[in-house]
Amino acid sequence: MYKHILLAADGSENAVRAAKEVIEIATCVNDSIVEVVYVVDFDKSKSEVLHTSSSEARNLERRKKLSKIEQLLKESNVSYKVTFLHGAPGPEIVKYANDQKVELVVIGSRGLNGLQEMVLGSVSHKVMKRVNCPALIVK
Amino acid sequence: MQSLKQQWFGNIRGDILSGLVVALALIPEAIAFSIIAGVDPMVGLYASFTMAVTIAFAGGRPGMISAATGAMALVMMPLIRDYGLEYLFAATLLTGVIQIIFGVLKIAKLMKFIPNAVMIGFVNSLAILIFMAQVPHFIGISTMTYVFVGITLVLVYTLPRFIKVIPAPLIAIVALTIVAIFSGINLRTIGDLGTITQTLPTFMIPDVPFNLETFKIIFPFSISLAIVGLVESLLTAQIVDDMTGTESNKNQEARGQGIANIVTGFFGGMAGCAMIGQSVINVKSGGRGRLSTLIAGVFLMFLILVLGDLVVKIPMPVLVGIMIMVCIGTFDWTSFKYLVKAPRTDAIVMLTTVVIVVLTHDLSKGVIAGVILSAMFFVVKISSVKITEENNHYLVSGQLFFASTDSFVDYFKYNEIKSNSIQIDFSNSRIWDDSGVGALVKVEDLLKEKGIQVEVVGLDASSKKIISKLEGVSSSH
Repeated sequence: MYKHILLAADGSENAVRAAKEVIEIATCVNDSIVEVVYVVDFDKSKSEVLHTSSSEARNLERRKKLSKIEQLLKESNVSYKVTFLHGAPGPEIVKYANDQKVELVVIGSRGLNGLQEMVLGSVSHKVMKRVNCPALIVK
Repeated sequence: MQSLKQQWFGNIRGDILSGLVVALALIPEAIAFSIIAGVDPMVGLYASFTMAVTIAFAGGRPGMISAATGAMALVMMPLIRDYGLEYLFAATLLTGVIQIIFGVLKIAKLMKFIPNAVMIGFVNSLAILIFMAQVPHFIGISTMTYVFVGITLVLVYTLPRFIKVIPAPLIAIVALTIVAIFSGINLRTIGDLGTITQTLPTFMIPDVPFNLETFKIIFPFSISLAIVGLVESLLTAQIVDDMTGTESNKNQEARGQGIANIVTGFFGGMAGCAMIGQSVINVKSGGRGRLSTLIAGVFLMFLILVLGDLVVKIPMPVLVGIMIMVCIGTFDWTSFKYLVKAPRTDAIVMLTTVVIVVLTHDLSKGVIAGVILSAMFFVVKISSVKITEENNHYLVSGQLFFASTDSFVDYFKYNEIKSNSIQIDFSNSRIWDDSGVGALVKVEDLLKEKGIQVEVVGLDASSKKIISKLEGVSSSH
């Protein structure tokens, strides 16, 4: 069964719902590990650097976005680790999942940026199309 | 940090490809910034070549792109207008020397004292000024000028969705230059504003009298250029750090910028610095190492040597369109939300920085004014001491130092104290200097005169230390 599960998180409500599904799956499997992946978006770097006073503050901001998910995972005694990637969210998740031979990718159906989705298509769609393992898109 | 070998050859394929992309994206900007500065396009192109090549070796942030920039062009414009090109080369040399001195003095630490509000003001005013510099090249010239600017903008924003490998501005330039040549539409071209010489830059010593007079002319410009160059370079380094999740040596970068400017001054280029936009393009295109910066510089020079004849045919409206895109990319669009949500003092600092830069056309003046203003706000903020009273227990909150002693003393001077025995609690406060100790002594004396017993409690270790250091004074009452 799914021992290495990748949960794509961006700080949105959908990602939290996805986390709840991950817990459902992970608690059924012994010694499974959930990897919470957050992609630091290339396009937001400039603005985030301008609006935070240090790299420590930026890391804390990003970590905070995952706090709710981390809390849920902790409460359910699911073993997990947090990984930060840098790049464009969709392709970066796909690359990482394929490189690491992740067994299941779980992602919220839509993230924070509605406008971008209209223009570019959603991250979840891209991930589902290109990832080599099963993908679960959570509504 | 990575080994030098890793910094050069850790990502060969990605670095070569991204270097080529950046070279293509650099050409229009180098030309446009030359026009802003009021020099021949070659001055900006030579600068971009020497800056990129030198910084590839001397810089502290692998993968960052340095070249001729708009921020520097704006500062040097009056120097070129009033004294000519040779003085620009001399000023570029001096800028390099100043930056090396700053680097040796570990100036990167000082960058921490430039608040976010000032940095946001910096990029916003830069965007506004570059835009303003484009206005004379497209307002009120001809209808076709507007049409070409418009088409360029449409192309640069829609093409990246379909073609990812070749930078959209390049496609727009090639396509629209061909259209302009074959349709015979009358548009101003780069050739109307300057010439392109297809030769490599040569070493030369600026033709200026080496005396105090010259120094007095170029020094103010060199200082401004050195500050602006380092602010933009170190900001860019932070952005590249963040994008790649790696660290960089900021002091080495400052020294590297200095070395690169000295080389540039000797090879007939204008002072430059790191570029936010181009560095972001480089990282996005897969560039990570020093090789990408070197390739960008070398390939840019190669293109000019080969295609120089065609570059002069590029219509100005296309260049203007690309520069408008650069402005839109430079501006921090979250600033509007920031103006509403940030503390009022931060918003004022940001706006002040922008206004001063736009009025003086000198980014360094805006940065200095912004830093001073925010320092003043900071002092005002921490120099207010609050005292709350409960059952003759006076709790002091805030920092007690030379700027805040008045509010502390005044409280006990003007408030009526009924009891003849009180406690002053410093557990929420700290005494920083002799003025703070003096103020405490003064209050003790004041209350003693009124016949009130004072007990001081809650002093932390460092406050106690400074009081005991000044014991001679405090025990004399």
